[in-house]
Amino acid sequence: MAMPADEIELLIRAGLPDAQVRITDLAGDGNHYAAHVVSESFRGMNRLAQQRAVYATLGERMGNELHALQLTTAVPN
Amino acid sequence: MTDTAHARIQDLVKNNAVVLFMKGTPLFPQCGFSSRAVAILERIGAPYESVDVLQDQEIRQGIKSFSDWPTIPQLYVKGEFLGGSDIMMEMYEAGELQQLLAPQDASSAG
Repeated sequence: MAMPADEIELLIRAGLPDAQVRITDLAGDGNHYAAHVVSESFRGMNRLAQQRAVYATLGERMGNELHALQLTTAVPN
Repeated sequence: MTDTAHARIQDLVKNNAVVLFMKGTPLFPQCGFSSRAVAILERIGAPYESVDVLQDQEIRQGIKSFSDWPTIPQLYVKGEFLGGSDIMMEMYEAGELQQLLAPQDASSAG
């Protein structure tokens, strides 16, 4: 099962409205993505908490429709 | 069933200083993320225990709720959940993982 890149971006933005989201389709197959998410709301969180916040926006899809997502997070400079 | 799975995972992370829950084995990883996690640990050269979740459905499901983390691989160090392969890579690049996994015994050769 695959998931389009803009759907991933929409879900992340819905949960983290201020986030800058950059999605890369790693294999060109609509199934292996990298997401880089930058949000002010990450400030003060460690990496684990930042990634949990992103996973929370994706809910049940993560690990199901969306099984391969390389994820990096950052706080805006 | 979840309770048994959680109890087994609890034992694994308590009895092994470094545990990698992964798909496949270090020699034959069955997914790119697990492969990357193994590569990082091998590069650091720290001893670790690996658990192949593909061989154990109970742990495969249980580990996700145990850690409250939706994906595999997952790394535990001294009983604490560290994260998946992306966090391992970020920590490795920052030199933090090497430090965390460094031998505690000062006499051991680097």
